[in-house]
Amino acid sequence: MRALELKNLYDDFRDGDTIKAYAKIIAQDAKKLKNPINIMEVCGGHTHTIMKFGLPQLLPNNINFIHGPGCPVCIMPKERIDHAYVLAMQEDVILVTLGDMIKVPGSNGSLQDARAKGADVRFVYSPMECLKIASENPTKTVVFFAIGFETTTPMTAVLVDQVIKQKVPNILFHINHVTVPEVMVELIDSRDEHVDAYNNRIDAFLGPSHVSVIAGSKIYEKFPKDYGRPVVVTGFEPVDMMQGISMIVKQFVEERSELEIQYKRVVNYKGNLTAQALIEKYFEKISLFRWRGLGNVPDSGLKLRDEFSEYNAEIVYKDILPIAEIEDHKLCICGDILRGMAKPQECTIFGTACKPTSPIGSCMVSSEGACSAYYKYGNLI
Amino acid sequence: MTKTITLAHGNGGEENNELITKIFYKHFKNDILEKSEDSALIEDGKLVMSTDSFTVSPLFFNGGDIGKLAVCGTCNDLAMMGAKPKYLTCSVIIEEGFSTRELEKIVRSMKKELEVNGAVVVSGDTKVVPKGAVDKLFINTTGIGEVQQSGISASALKEGMSILVSRDIGSHGATIFSAREGIKLESSLETDCASLYPQIQALIDAEIDIIALRDATRGGVSAVLNEWAKASNVCVEVEEEAIPVQEEVRGICEMLGFEALDLANEGTYLLAVAKEDEVRALEVLQHTHKSSAVIATVSREYEGRVILKSSWGTKRFLDLPTGELLPRIC
Repeated sequence: MRALELKNLYDDFRDGDTIKAYAKIIAQDAKKLKNPINIMEVCGGHTHTIMKFGLPQLLPNNINFIHGPGCPVCIMPKERIDHAYVLAMQEDVILVTLGDMIKVPGSNGSLQDARAKGADVRFVYSPMECLKIASENPTKTVVFFAIGFETTTPMTAVLVDQVIKQKVPNILFHINHVTVPEVMVELIDSRDEHVDAYNNRIDAFLGPSHVSVIAGSKIYEKFPKDYGRPVVVTGFEPVDMMQGISMIVKQFVEERSELEIQYKRVVNYKGNLTAQALIEKYFEKISLFRWRGLGNVPDSGLKLRDEFSEYNAEIVYKDILPIAEIEDHKLCICGDILRGMAKPQECTIFGTACKPTSPIGSCMVSSEGACSAYYKYGNLI
Repeated sequence: MTKTITLAHGNGGEENNELITKIFYKHFKNDILEKSEDSALIEDGKLVMSTDSFTVSPLFFNGGDIGKLAVCGTCNDLAMMGAKPKYLTCSVIIEEGFSTRELEKIVRSMKKELEVNGAVVVSGDTKVVPKGAVDKLFINTTGIGEVQQSGISASALKEGMSILVSRDIGSHGATIFSAREGIKLESSLETDCASLYPQIQALIDAEIDIIALRDATRGGVSAVLNEWAKASNVCVEVEEEAIPVQEEVRGICEMLGFEALDLANEGTYLLAVAKEDEVRALEVLQHTHKSSAVIATVSREYEGRVILKSSWGTKRFLDLPTGELLPRIC
């Protein structure tokens, strides 16, 4: 048997002829649609693919994308970034986080700015690297600023597990993990009166699939059943996405509302039960997590269980962490964009005051945010 | 400008440009500097001069080291103006405690690379600083070259011209990234680090009329194409499928979320020629690297912008890379 090469994981899924063939199928089926459909791709990875590969240029006018809130960096409220900043500026702290997080500005600046002022800020690809950093720096406290959806939560859970088992004395956690289904409910079933008028804009979802590798497709079951919104759990390559879109269009043509999996090569109904058990062991839901741009969303955040409070940086450092909530810039319309009520170019500061190098709103801060993807890849063509 | 300098200001992209124009150009302003070419044309265009500092970490990597890089980098800047590298200076800042053996190894590889270029080091300086003041070793080289073909300029591109790349892209950036601490990647990738003057000499000998020439160092191919589009006020239309990228580089990009077009190179350049010179130029390039290719044409569709065309008929803008991509790559 030929060994599986990395390129097998993307080459065929970027094949021009296959993409064009799906575009044709979608165009034919879309003619049978009674009404236009708005598909929300919840995940920032999907937004990135849509813009990078120019998918809207291949779709008929009656199929639109609404770019959802699935970028863990973008949705982080400023007050939590301020936590990271304050922690990083402590002399005995090494603040460790994942990639893009270091660019996001809080009210005093970003972690990048903190680093320029002398703070020890490091970004890692795997949270497990914290173990090495901690053992090399025994006189310092390593604070892991954990971010991400269901996809990255297990990595943090494994680190917590190892810190406890190996009795590592100098690693603490600042947990900012959030969950997808709760924010999807918020988006279609919003309590906000202003938004209520628009709450039917989302007709279907492309389900975040790496989330489902961990949590299974089961987490989306209620959307087709209770809310009448079809969900297709879809992969991230352009062929995956075109197939996912075509599956959604077919559901509308055939008047079905179902949960389907396009990304069967890695996603199943149950998900990774070991990872789920580990998350369950160390984390519990918090009643409210404030999402940048969206406000408080019930049951959408995680925290360390109380019995592990000694590892919780928010408790250990509670005397120095700011508590006031910080509102977004008045002109920023990220909330509307995340709710599907506006496109990035409708914002008055898009591309002028708000750019990837000086982001004002949440959707501009990471390459997975809708505004950043529009800015980078050009919404003009 | 932000109040403090961050690593993003050294990335060769947008923030880097801002730093240069808002601080250095503002005070050093003069006609020669403002041309902003790879190296400065002096003495009525007979000579070129360029300088570069090297702070790469790690000091030794697959296919090269900081010494080779320090000679290639400056000599290539001269070669990109159609000039033959002649004289170099060499300044080193060494952290106390650095191994003498490693230093000699580095200097030996500088010598070897000088020979490839036919250049000599004619002046130098050494400073030793306390531990922590620099990271092991920083090198600065300044070079002077003799112009062989004049008129090469980033602002000379016109509609209908062709743009070629001299080899597959991104291997230096990908090599440095996979050698960095914290990423456990096993790879046989080598940096593309090489002296380019012999290749440029071959183009001149073949009587190719070189319109524009630039090595795609920090900021990668994206940065060069954007600079050309802006400087010449034209649109550069890139065929995405035509861009040569090694499988391993693509793999590393996929895993880490980079674009090969944004990755740094140390021995890869872009060449703009008239359409009628395209085939002959490609023949010369393929003599050195089979992977060289025609990747773009010049049009007027979106002036000052670069667009990337996919094989399935979609288009998008290709911007300058922003933010901190790879800390300290060269």
